[in-house]
Amino acid sequence: MEEKFAHPELRTPENLVYKRTDFLVDRPLSYCPGCGHGVVHRMLMEVVEDKGIGSITIGISPVGCSVLAYDFLNVDMLGAAHGRAPALATAIKRLWPNRYVFTYQGDGDLAAIGTAETIHACNRGENFTIIFINNGIYGMTGGQMAPTTLPGMRTSTCPYGRDVGIMGHPMKITELIAQLPGTYYVTRQAVHTPAAVRKTKKALRKAIDCQDLGKGIGFVEVVSNCNSGWKMTPVQANQWMEEHMFPKYPLGDIKVDGELVK
Amino acid sequence: MAKIKGDIVVNIERCKGCEVCIASCPFSTISMSEEVNSKGYHFAIKVNDDCTGCSNCALVCPDGVITVYRAKVTV
Ligand SMILES: Cc1ncc(C[n+]2csc(CCOP(=O)(O)OP(=O)(O)O)c2C)c(N)n1
Ligand code: SF4
Ligand code: SF4
Ligand code: SF4
Repeated sequence: MEEKFAHPELRTPENLVYKRTDFLVDRPLSYCPGCGHGVVHRMLMEVVEDKGIGSITIGISPVGCSVLAYDFLNVDMLGAAHGRAPALATAIKRLWPNRYVFTYQGDGDLAAIGTAETIHACNRGENFTIIFINNGIYGMTGGQMAPTTLPGMRTSTCPYGRDVGIMGHPMKITELIAQLPGTYYVTRQAVHTPAAVRKTKKALRKAIDCQDLGKGIGFVEVVSNCNSGWKMTPVQANQWMEEHMFPKYPLGDIKVDGELVK
Repeated sequence: MAKIKGDIVVNIERCKGCEVCIASCPFSTISMSEEVNSKGYHFAIKVNDDCTGCSNCALVCPDGVITVYRAKVTV
C-alpha cells in the first residue's frame, strides 16, 4: 500500500525516537483491541530495559486475561494459581534476593480470590513489586462482577447494576494495603492518555526501585478499561473510565517512601 | 528555517483498529484506513503532513505497533 504522507527519508536509525521495546516478544498480543493490558506490559518492559535488569527479572502472571503475559514479556516468567501470585513471588524473592520479582494481577485475581495473599504479602513487607490492573470486572471469563465493580455498574452477574445493599461495596484494596507498614510505595495510575502512560512508567520504575531499598512492597494499581466486558468501544470505554472509575479510584500517589500522602 | 518534522510507521498487520491513537495526536494526523488488514481490522494511517514525531500515539497504542521518527529539517 502506498502511504500518502510517508517520509521514508526520515526513517533512519539516528532519527528514531520511539519503537516497541525488544523486551516484548515479537508476536501479536492476545488482548482485545484497545485493552490497557498491552500498554502496561510495554511500560513495564521499558522499565526493565532502562534499568538493565532483563536477565535478573522474574515475573509471575495471574489467572485472568493476562495469564498469557508469560508469552509476551521477554523475561523469566511463572504462572501462579488464581490469586496466588504474591505467595509465589514471596518464595522466589526470598530464595533469590538478588532478582527483581514482580506480580502482574487483575482485580479478580488480586482483590477477590487472592485477597488473603495480597494483604499478607503486603503486611509481611515482602520486597517485590505488585502490578494491579483494575478494570472493575472479570474480563477473561466474560465480564462478571468483581469486588471493584462500581455501584450501579452492569455486569453479566449483576445485569441490573451492582446493588451495594446485596452485593457489597466496591473494594479499594489499594487504599487498604497502603495502611499496612509493609508497603513502601503505593500509587494509582492509568494508561489511556500519553501523559498518563508517562506517569505510569515513572511509577513502575519507582516501584521496581523499591527492591533496591529492601523496605517493602512497591504497589502500582493501573485503572484500565475492559471495553469488551463493559460492552463499549475502546474510545468510549476510556471516556467512561474517566467519568465513572476515576471518581471512585482517584489517580495519584497514596504512599511514598513509606509515608501516606493521601 | 529549521523545523521539526516527524513520521510514523504503523505495523499494519498488528494494528487492531482500536482508534485510541487518534485522539492522542495533537495534530490530527491519524485516521483509520478504508481497507482492512488480513485480520479484518481497519488500521491507523496518516492523513496529513503535520506530524512532529511527539510519540503520543506510539505511547498510548495498546499493541505497540507505532514506530516514530523525528528530525530537524530546513525549509
Ligand atoms: C481457582 C479458579 N477459580 C476461578 C477461575 C475462573 N477465572 C478465570 S479468570 C477469572 C477472573 C479474572 O478477572 P481479573 O483478575 O479481573 O482479570 P482480567 O481478565 O479482567 O484481566 C476467573 C474467576 C479459575 N481459573 N481458577
Ligand atoms: S476481556 Fe477485557 S481485560 Fe480481557 S483482553 Fe479484552 S478488554 Fe482486556
Ligand atoms: S508522533 Fe505525535 S504528531 Fe506524529 S502522528 Fe503520532 S501523535 Fe501525531
Ligand atoms: S492505537 Fe495502535 S492498534 Fe489502536 S488503532 Fe492506533 S495504531 Fe492501531
